[in-house]
Amino acid sequence: MEDIKDIQRRIYPPMVEGEHDFGTVSDRISDLTLKKRTPIGWYIGFAIGFMLLQVLMMTVTHLVFSGIGIWGNNQPVGWSFDIINFVWWIGIGHAGTLISAILLLLNQKWRTSINRFAEAMTLFAVACAGMFPLLHTGRPWLAYWLFPYPNTMGMWPQFRSPLMWDVFAVSTYATVSALFWYIGLIPDIATLRDRAKNKYFKVIYGLLSWGWRGSARHWHRYEIAYLLLAGLSTPLVLSVHSIVSFDFSVSQVPGWHATIFPPYFVAGAIFAGFAMVLILCIPLRAWYNLKDFITDTHLIYMGKIMLATGMIVVYGYAMEAFFGWYSGAQYEIFMIQNRIWTGPYWWFYWLLILCNGISIQFLWFKRFRESAFWLFIISLFVSVGMWLERFVIITTSLHRDFLPSSWAMYAPTPWDWSMFLGTIGLFITLIFLFVRFLPVISIFEVRTLLPEANVHGHQQDFEENVVEIETTKDPSKET
Amino acid sequence: MVSKDSKTNFALLREKILGQNGKQYWRSVEEFVDAPEFEEFVKQEYPAHAEEWDNSLSRRNFVKIMGASLAFAGLSGCVIQPAEKIIPYVNQPEGLIPGKPMFYATAMSLGGIATGLLARSNEGRPTKIEGNPDHPGSLGATDTLAQASLLSMYDPDRSQQVTNRGNPATWQNFMSEVRAAIDENRKDGGAGVRFLTETVTSPTLIAQFRQLLTELPNAKVYQYEPVNKDNAMAGARMAFGSPAHTVYKFDQAQRILTLDADIFSGFNVRYIKDFSKGRAFSEEKKDINRLYAIESTMTLTGAKADHRLAVKPSHIPEIAKAIAAALGVSGASSTYTENAQWIQVMAKDLIENKGRSLVVAGDNQPPMVHALAHAMNSALGNVGQTVTYTEPLQMNPEMTQIEMLRQLVGEIDGGAVKMLVVLSGNPVYNTPADLKLNKERLDKIPLRVHLGQYFDETGELCHWHISEKHFLEMWSDTRAFDGTVSIVQPLIDPLYEGKSAHEVVQIFFRENYDKKDYDIVRENWQRQGFASVPRAIATTANANAGATPQTTPATSPTPAATPAATPAASPTPANTATTATTGNNTNQTNGAAIPPAASAATSFEDSWRKAIHDGFVANSAAAAKTVAVSGAFLTQNQPAPASTGELEISILPDPGIYDGRFANNGWLQELPNPLTKITWDNVALVSPNTAQRLELNQNKTQNDMAGGELGTTFVNTYGGNLFSDLVTLDYQGGQLENVPMWIAPGQPDDVVTIYMGYGRTRAGRVAVKEDGSPRGYNAFAVRRSDALWSGTGSVNRTGTQTQIASTQIHFNLEGRDHAQIYDVEEFITHPEVQLSHDEYPKSMYPKFEYNDNKWGMTIDLNSCVGCNACVVACQSENNIPVVGMEQVARSREMHWMRIDTYYDGKDMNNPEGPYFQPMLCQQCELAPCETVCPVHATVHSAEGLNDMVYNRCVGTRYCANNCPYKVRRFNFFLYQDWNTPQYKLMRNPEVTVRSRGVMEKCTYCTQRISSARIEAEKDGRAIRDGEILTACQSVCPADAITFGNLNDEASQVAKLKTDPRNYNVLNELNTQPRTTYLTGLKNQNSQMPGYQAKKIDKKKLGKSDAGKTGENSTDGAAH
Repeated sequence: MEDIKDIQRRIYPPMVEGEHDFGTVSDRISDLTLKKRTPIGWYIGFAIGFMLLQVLMMTVTHLVFSGIGIWGNNQPVGWSFDIINFVWWIGIGHAGTLISAILLLLNQKWRTSINRFAEAMTLFAVACAGMFPLLHTGRPWLAYWLFPYPNTMGMWPQFRSPLMWDVFAVSTYATVSALFWYIGLIPDIATLRDRAKNKYFKVIYGLLSWGWRGSARHWHRYEIAYLLLAGLSTPLVLSVHSIVSFDFSVSQVPGWHATIFPPYFVAGAIFAGFAMVLILCIPLRAWYNLKDFITDTHLIYMGKIMLATGMIVVYGYAMEAFFGWYSGAQYEIFMIQNRIWTGPYWWFYWLLILCNGISIQFLWFKRFRESAFWLFIISLFVSVGMWLERFVIITTSLHRDFLPSSWAMYAPTPWDWSMFLGTIGLFITLIFLFVRFLPVISIFEVRTLLPEANVHGHQQDFEENVVEIETTKDPSKET
Repeated sequence: MVSKDSKTNFALLREKILGQNGKQYWRSVEEFVDAPEFEEFVKQEYPAHAEEWDNSLSRRNFVKIMGASLAFAGLSGCVIQPAEKIIPYVNQPEGLIPGKPMFYATAMSLGGIATGLLARSNEGRPTKIEGNPDHPGSLGATDTLAQASLLSMYDPDRSQQVTNRGNPATWQNFMSEVRAAIDENRKDGGAGVRFLTETVTSPTLIAQFRQLLTELPNAKVYQYEPVNKDNAMAGARMAFGSPAHTVYKFDQAQRILTLDADIFSGFNVRYIKDFSKGRAFSEEKKDINRLYAIESTMTLTGAKADHRLAVKPSHIPEIAKAIAAALGVSGASSTYTENAQWIQVMAKDLIENKGRSLVVAGDNQPPMVHALAHAMNSALGNVGQTVTYTEPLQMNPEMTQIEMLRQLVGEIDGGAVKMLVVLSGNPVYNTPADLKLNKERLDKIPLRVHLGQYFDETGELCHWHISEKHFLEMWSDTRAFDGTVSIVQPLIDPLYEGKSAHEVVQIFFRENYDKKDYDIVRENWQRQGFASVPRAIATTANANAGATPQTTPATSPTPAATPAATPAASPTPANTATTATTGNNTNQTNGAAIPPAASAATSFEDSWRKAIHDGFVANSAAAAKTVAVSGAFLTQNQPAPASTGELEISILPDPGIYDGRFANNGWLQELPNPLTKITWDNVALVSPNTAQRLELNQNKTQNDMAGGELGTTFVNTYGGNLFSDLVTLDYQGGQLENVPMWIAPGQPDDVVTIYMGYGRTRAGRVAVKEDGSPRGYNAFAVRRSDALWSGTGSVNRTGTQTQIASTQIHFNLEGRDHAQIYDVEEFITHPEVQLSHDEYPKSMYPKFEYNDNKWGMTIDLNSCVGCNACVVACQSENNIPVVGMEQVARSREMHWMRIDTYYDGKDMNNPEGPYFQPMLCQQCELAPCETVCPVHATVHSAEGLNDMVYNRCVGTRYCANNCPYKVRRFNFFLYQDWNTPQYKLMRNPEVTVRSRGVMEKCTYCTQRISSARIEAEKDGRAIRDGEILTACQSVCPADAITFGNLNDEASQVAKLKTDPRNYNVLNELNTQPRTTYLTGLKNQNSQMPGYQAKKIDKKKLGKSDAGKTGENSTDGAAH
């Protein structure tokens, strides 16, 4: 006879494994920051990230002094790595807010153990992304002209331009995400403040926690603020990448000018975002022994979302090709042919299909879905694939458009790569600092997942329904 | 304590100044002057201190002098200042309004043939070259070389002083040494003195030499230039018994046959003008000329030809004989049997147009072909109709230049030459390999003098080097293609203490040796009188000039050709035609006010001033020479060059830098070759078949990269860059290393074409690579006097590749209809055809209203010959920077205007086309660029232009991505040279100099529109049609570009927009471009083998009706 626990597990997998109570949860997570010796791996990882950050510094310095000619961009290909990386990072930045806001509104409890670092990841990815639109301009010191600030010239930005919309979309997204993340952090920072032994930590965490005392009124206001921000963030998740996709679909370049772009970009962003969450959390939970909080169930759920959004993206690829053909328009048909088989960049397309189309099919199988190792590998593929997708869309569309006389090839220079690697360095550096100094998992929210916190709610429903089984449980199984 | 280093002195000075305080602080230079440091400092500042001039500071010094002479001339008191110095704003030139450009007539000559120019001068600085609308050799147009000559004048790499054995010296030093040497030589009548010049047609220089030879009867004057009229002269001698100069009248010719003659690439743009006149198609004139071209390498002429036959160079004489036989030239017979039908049909066509046909032989063809062409023209009755003959224009036409060179080399080798004076030209570089004036030879001459604009290969081997004046800095005279005498007048004081050939020759005289070129030229004309200039009998040049509705550039409302009043010229001729506004009027004024230029009633001063004002001496075209063809030459045997090697190799001057003399001109280096689009390099052309056979550039993946399919592309690319196989090329016993091969459609099989002009070892910074190694290969290293133009040889792959920078890598239209070419019959049989498509009236945005002007442009693809003149004109007018080879290789060239070149047809060995399509900003009504700019940096103007606001641009490049015509150019780096002072003087002050990170593009020369608008508003009138000429339009020798106000229904451009041939490029995008195109036409002979008319697509014919209704609905439905 099946154990009640197993049934319960099967139907409602626990989001916290192992034996935990409120105290141990707080201990485990806060100790990462306050007590545990910083592992040697942290230093190594941080060093790598920090070195790459220096590469970024060097590249940006050279870029600002010499001009964007140090990149490979040229006459037909006005945008390449700059915008590819921008879109790639902004896509990665989607999972955090999706997990935080949409899953919160949908009452998906499993979000709680991963939302904190997913949000952090979002912020850092948006920071990386935000650099590109600024630095890819010919005169970055004047990029503030894109903001509608009052000036004596009476000049306003041009609101018809999708780049203008981008400015608003990305900056709003960054602001709301930062607020959302920070508000969610306040109770935990207060916990750290209370537990910190170090004087400086006490002061810093004290300042950052804004006098949080955990009173009922605090909690009440916190809950309302958090819910409101969640409500505010939810449309942003959909709008940001839709607007980023307008950069392309509003133009008339064959391969850009497609109505399918907004939903297809949003799905791709969530796809890429979850892949990045997996890439980060699989090593994290292994190194810091957080398997109790980031359980296999979390990974499986994320794998399933990846599969779902990945299939939407694959559908997008199919539709792009179909509409290229169905349009009957000479340039669209050529673009599809050029992209898929006759053009010089055909192998980028097939690499993309391999990474984004083929690799995720393994997620249909339990064996891969439930293996952290394979999930990690597939996520890596997806991350590369999503980068390739932007390359295919941006570069291969531009390099051969209307007049054959203007066709040319694009090739990245070492500075293109160093800029990209540099932002990865920035990302790694920020992630490692975050892991070191802030609670990577929401302490107070994880506590709500514990049975002690669940005297009501869906657990209760379950217990009511299986009350008979409950009575016949085998005490020996309870350890 | 006094250091020789002026910098140290400067530091000392500063220290001294800073060390003082309070009342002791010096108040004036005088107070300070007794300080030894200051004295030293002042001395060092003066350019008389030659050591200063030998280092990189010299240019800085130059600017100080320039600035001083321009602004503070009264204060300068510089000892070496030439006596000619003029202070513009103390003695203000007549008619000058500060801020308004002035135009001065002058002339540039190349190979002895002049093009009349109007040079624009802004406050004494020449800033743009225009054609002289009245000059018979220009009619308002110029070619690329004349346009780019401006950059050469300001070239900071030009030699800047007299050098003696590489050391700085002065003109006085030079004169004393050389005059001593001459006096030595006078004893034997100058038997050891040799002058070596380029082709001389200047009446004054010829007179100087003639006079000099009376003083030094045993001295000799030789001429040598790598591209010359030797064969034409020899051919005329064969046919007529005496040399003659040939003048063609393409406007009179209905059927033209060229025998390897590139009539569109020569320096003489008049031929393009005339050809396009005969080519023009309109409702009124449906009869257009037909061009047959027989040639080996594809040229502009072959590209434009209605029928082109690609043959090996060695076959052309026999083909010419076959054609002569078919045309009924008595005594002509040929062994050539191929293409018999082609020749028969073509010959029949020529015969049917007797008196209205024309046969032209190329300068690189052997004398036999020229003689045959003369015989054919004679047989066709063309002499006096489409072709006239005159006495040769050049000095000493009896001997060919190569004979002269051979004689000189013989004399040098025999030790007879005591003194060699090289007057311009670079013979050490460009003489044939077997007659090379190399170091070994030159060392046998005790005294060598070189006059040249650059301290080049020749300057290096000469004892004395004198920097030569640019033609914009000197007084001279020259002759146009028809012999019309043109006066060269300076626009500016010589930048670098240059001397002209006149002045150098003058010092050889016993007396009056130290004269300025102004005096030399003027005195020559005073002595000779304008009456003695040979008057033309048959010329129609001036009649044509009057008939052409060309106006002078509209930037100056005052007389277009204001009298010569440059800062340099002290004797300022009076204004003789102040009322004339257009070239047309000027011409009439000429006729009315001063009837015959040489009338006895007219004083010399008036004639002289008029000649300078006009830039030429009216009615001075050479008199027609009566000649009779004797068929005797047909029996002469042609010496066949010794043949080794399986390939025929043909040598041509480079389309960009010519024979190498323009190698240091960045505009020409970066100017794409009209057919291959290669920049900064020379390649060797080979046909697709031969390339396949020799396994050259056959890497399939690379071909795929460029074009998708084999056979559709003819370049190699690898990772975005173009690569080409290097070969070792053997030619007539000589060998060239590392020659990059290039697959050229239309090249005959087993023929390799190589280009002159590259491989310079001693030239400026532009001509050599960054590491100082030569650019390209040097064809003169293998060119031989017995095989100057073609011979045999072979190529061997080295297995290595090199990178080539080209501005276009895809020449296949991919079935798209951007460049439309149809058979002329289509428009004769379907007069109702309207290729102009409908405009879609729906738009999200409100429609623009144009109450005043609405600018538009048409480009007639039927006229355009792809000569590139517009590209350089645009670059000059709009201060467009040069980016360099590496940036071109990255597809970042900055040209606002480009000539798109497309091949058509299935067989790339025998393609249709190429077709040329000038592409520039289309100034779309619904511009894709405007809506996507986030900062309003590109906006629609009230007159319909897409204005670029450089100051507002932040450089997102979104506009360029969204531009379907890809005409926007981005400053990826700081391409513009902001530091070199000369370039600051050169730039058009009306156009912003763009900085890094900014997008730029064509704006229909908006600065010219503005100045015309200001003038019109001052007069309270509308801008007249034709008052504004864009830079590309005014330079176009083919009159392909028309610009004007579309709101004015009477304007020429508005009329052309209703032409059935008018069409929009990329109409389906509904950008509604302001620039539209008139289709190109082919006038093919339906009897020709393989004739296939280029029909208009049935779908398009059907569309025309829909188009009309669409246009009607446009007016009301827009919102």
